Formats: sequence, structure tokens, C-alpha cells
Amino acid sequence: MARTSVPATGSGALEVLRKVASSYLFRRLIKALVTIFVMASLTFFLIRLMPGGPVEAYIANLVSQYNVSQQAATQQAASLFSLDLDAPVYQQYLEYLGNLVRGDLGESLVTRGVPVSEIVLSYLPWTLFSVGTALIISFSVGILLGMIMAYKRESKLDHILTNLGSMVSSIPDYLMGILIVVWIGVQWELVDITAMRGSLSPGIQPGFNLTFIGDALYHASLPILAYVLGTIGVWMLTMRGSTESTLGEDYVTVAKARGLKERRIATAYVGRNAALPPFTQLSISIALVFGGSLLIEWLFVYEGLGYVLYNSIQQRDYPVMQGVFLMITTMVILANLLADLLYSRLDPRIRVGGRD
Amino acid sequence: MAAATGESRYRDSAIGRFLARFASTLKLMARNRVGFAGFLLVVTIVLFSFVGPIFVPLDETVRVSQIYETPSLSHPLGTDSEGKDVLSQIIHGGRPILTIGYLAATISTIIAVMLGSLGAFLGGRIDTGFTWLADMVLTIPQLPLLAVLAGILSLNSKLAVAGLIGALFWPTLMRATRAQVLSLKERDYVESARALDLGTPHIVFREIAPNMAGYIAINFTLAVTASMYAVVGLTLLGLVPLSQDNWGVMINLAWTRGAIFSKDSIFYIMSPIAAIALHQFGLVAMNRSLSEVFDPRLRRGS
Repeated sequence: MARTSVPATGSGALEVLRKVASSYLFRRLIKALVTIFVMASLTFFLIRLMPGGPVEAYIANLVSQYNVSQQAATQQAASLFSLDLDAPVYQQYLEYLGNLVRGDLGESLVTRGVPVSEIVLSYLPWTLFSVGTALIISFSVGILLGMIMAYKRESKLDHILTNLGSMVSSIPDYLMGILIVVWIGVQWELVDITAMRGSLSPGIQPGFNLTFIGDALYHASLPILAYVLGTIGVWMLTMRGSTESTLGEDYVTVAKARGLKERRIATAYVGRNAALPPFTQLSISIALVFGGSLLIEWLFVYEGLGYVLYNSIQQRDYPVMQGVFLMITTMVILANLLADLLYSRLDPRIRVGGRD
Repeated sequence: MAAATGESRYRDSAIGRFLARFASTLKLMARNRVGFAGFLLVVTIVLFSFVGPIFVPLDETVRVSQIYETPSLSHPLGTDSEGKDVLSQIIHGGRPILTIGYLAATISTIIAVMLGSLGAFLGGRIDTGFTWLADMVLTIPQLPLLAVLAGILSLNSKLAVAGLIGALFWPTLMRATRAQVLSLKERDYVESARALDLGTPHIVFREIAPNMAGYIAINFTLAVTASMYAVVGLTLLGLVPLSQDNWGVMINLAWTRGAIFSKDSIFYIMSPIAAIALHQFGLVAMNRSLSEVFDPRLRRGS
């Protein structure tokens, strides 16, 4: 009743604001922004303020190695890191945050004159593609297997899959990657590992055609396999557990008593509800898989963000290191936000106390 | 005199009681065969890594004529790219990795239990704050952050590496502890402790924490697997300058020196991988036994 009245007064507007502030979406957004902000500040202070840290070391190196005057060296460092090094620290910090919002992350120290944002954006699609595909495959296949295990519980298949699942989930994804290369590539020679390196074969132009998509999948297939093997065990085991408890719920018994088809019960009643607990674990998995790209892309020489991050750490290319790290963090947080929103769609209980 | 003998008798019986309890726990663990095998596996690997180096010297002689030999009696796991014995490297290479792994897990468990139980017990703003912090740390891609930190700071000490890993891997345990405390704090004995006005620290650390020992033990093993993932990953990338040879460095060397193109290096690269994977699998399997040991009481309580 009261909801239909249009808030015309000042207190009404305040009421709307309060509702927005307490809404689920709003709280999630704030959390996401705070995390990105904290990470951006942490890297700023580590790189800028550490005694003997990157900026100081860079200036000292210029002065001693290339005979540049202190002032010229400071100027060069300032333009590379896109900082005003003479200003007080808080001012530099504010400027850094301002630049960050505009997407200005400074320039690479190694490949001079190339803006960090350009590097980050050119490698980002490959990581998004491989990690995203892997997460979707791993989640859906894992859920399916987990359900099958629960339906056939205590059968031979269940025992085999349970042991396989816990074995696979205990081996780190990068060791899986090494095993893939060593066994499938080198020992059994099933695939040509060296030809599969990189994110595309030479000469292939990005475009919306089959050759391009096929080639992109070909190069991403082994990294995807490693990610999937590294995460699927967890989905299988949690889904098995949650399906088992869902099968004992009253509404499932009632659905059976009503004579609904077995398949409809499995998808609409059991599956939909049992998939909720594994879904809440997505956030952990997203961070893990995105983080694991650092090692997986290094192993397979797959040219994505993890690969660039490894190289920039090796070459002490701090602006790139910082930019790539912030981009990976942002992607993980955005993916989490998406997963949370999806979850609140799937499970209306989450929205309680939020919007009406 | 009398007091002294009395005390020693008391200590004897305390040790006896401890041994009896230990034995009965072992018996309970042995009920689950996979779990007990996992437990034995972990104990064996840890013992080999910490006691083994005393008896087996590290083979450091380069034998150019014996590169990548297949397993034999003198070299049970073959030889590496320089003809050194792989088995002796495996025995010596576990300690640095395992030390950091277990140390990091201890640190993260302490943080998790403290924040989780305090948050759940105090509630209100503090609880919200801790939960926020946990959610935030959980969404940070941990490995890239550790790699970036390793690139900026020079991580020379094991304690520093373990501390950093421990500081990042606590949120899952913290959430679990928090949920557990929330259910425990409603129980009668906690209510009565509160009625007696024994104070929050007493209730948290004397009444609630001991009742979560099993829960913490299970989560501790999970923390070890998570920390091992990070330590091995970082050493594999060569980002943690550990002075000694270890499993991570071994994989790195095997990888860069030949595993990608030479079929012969298979025993060299598989040995450290197997050691790490077996240790991880042992811990995960051991959890089945642990939950069987601790579950009845948890079930009865709720």
C-alpha cells in the first residue's frame, strides 16, 4: 500500500537513498570498489615508498649507469611511472588514483614509450577467454558428474569418481599442466607442444570466422584442460554432497508422490537446489583459476596476462607489473560480482532485506 | 621426596594417558582405510624429509657420463641432467618446502581462529568488519599478489614467505570457524560460563576453542595443502630465493633443462611432482579419517 505512494518530500528521497544503500547490489559494488582501491594503494605504496624500492632504484640506476643528472633521472622516472616525484606523497597518491581512474598506468620500463594500459588490454582477452571457458566447462561438467555420483551413490562408479575427484582436487593445477606437457606432449607425442604455444598461430587474423575460433581454441585447449582438471574435483565432491542432502528433502518426496517424471525432478527440483552450495564456492575458484594463470600461462607459453605478469616480474618492469596485477584483481572481482548477481537470481533468499 | 615422586608419578600417568588417548585416536583413524593410508603417507613423507637428510648425504658430484639414467640399485630414482642422484635430492628437497607450508598453515590457522571466534562471539560491528576483511582477502588473486610482492620485496627468509602466505590464506578457515563458533556459543556450558561472568577471553579460549579442536585440525590440513600450492608455485617460478635445493626448484630445473623435449628426463621431473602430489593427496585423504574421529561428537552436540 505505502509502496505505491510517490515519495515527493525530502524525507521520501532519503528513504529511497537508504533503500539503495541497503540493497544487495549496492553493498556488493562498494565491497568490490574498496578491494580494488586497497590493492591499488598497496601496490602504489610498495612501489613508490619502499626504501630502495623500484622508483628510487630506477633513479639511482640512471644516475650511476648512464651519467644522467639527478634531476633529469627523476624527471624520466616521473614520466615513466606517471608520477610527479617532487610533490608530497599524498599529492602523488591522489594523482596516481586520478590517473588510474582515467586508465593511465604509466609506461613500460622495458619496451620504452608503450603505455601499460595498451599492453594490458592486448593480453587481457586471451586470459579472459581461456579462464572463462575453463570455469564454465569445469563447473558444468563437475556439477553433472556430482549429480550422477549422488544418484548412483555407493555404486562402483560413485567410488571411482569420488576417489578420482579427491585425487585430482589435491594436485595443484600447474602440476597438472606439467603432467600434461610431459606425458601427452613429450612421452606419448600425442600433440605438438611447441606448435600449440602462443595464443594464435602465426598469420591468423582475429575475426569472426571458423579458422580464427578454431585456432584460438587449439592454442587454449591445453591451458583450459589444466584449469579444468585443477578445479573439477571440488565441484564434483560438493555437488555430490549437496545432491545427496537435497534428495532427502520433503519437496522431492512430494514431487515423486505427485508422479512427476524422474527427469523433471532431477533438473527442476533436485539439480536447481543442489547446485546452490557449489555455486557459492565459485568466488574461491575464480580467484584461484585467475591466479593460477600466472603459472599455467608460463608453462604453456600462452600469451595472456599471467604470461606478461611473469615476464614483467622477471624484468623488474614495475609499471607493467602493477598494471597487470591490478587488471587481474579487477577481473577477479568483476567475475565475483557477476557470480554473486547470478546467485541472487538463483536463490531469492539472498535478496531478503534488500530491494523489494 | 614424597611430593617429588608424587609429581613424577602424576607425570607418568599423564604421559600414559596421553599415549592411551593417542593410541585410541589412531585406532579410530584406522577405521577408514583410505584415510589411514593418507595419514601414514603424510607421516612418512614428513619423516623422510626431516630425518632422512641426517642419514643420506646430498649427492653433489657431477657425472657427465651418467646423465638421465633410469632407476637402478645405486640410483633408485635415476639421475638428473648432471648425473646426480635424484633420490638424495628428493630426500633433501622436502624440508624447506614443508617447513614453509606447515608454518604458513599455522599462521593462517591462528589468524583464522582468532578472527573467526572473536567475530562470532562479539558480533556487531567487529563481526561485520572481520567478515568484510575475509571477503576482501578471498577475492584477491593470491598467487599473483605473492609473485608481485616477491618481485618488489626480496623474500630471503622462510618466515617472511610463510608469513605472507599465511596472511592471505586464512579467509576460508575464518568463515568456517565463525560458523562453528556461532553454533557452539548457544550451547549450555557457554551460557553458564557467561552467567558466571567469566569474561570473553575465558569463554572464547577456554570454553569454545577446545571444543573446536577437531574442526581446526581438519581445516589445518586444508590450509597446509593451500600453502603448499603457493610455496611450490612461487619456487617453481623462481620467485622465492631459497638457498637450498628443494622440490620446487627441482621441477623448475627439470622443466627448463629438458623435460619439454627429452623423454629421458621423466624420472627426474616426475619424482618431485610425485612427492608433492602424494603429500597433498595424503593430507586430503587423511581428512576422511579425521572427520570420522571428530564427527560423532560434533553431531551429538548439535
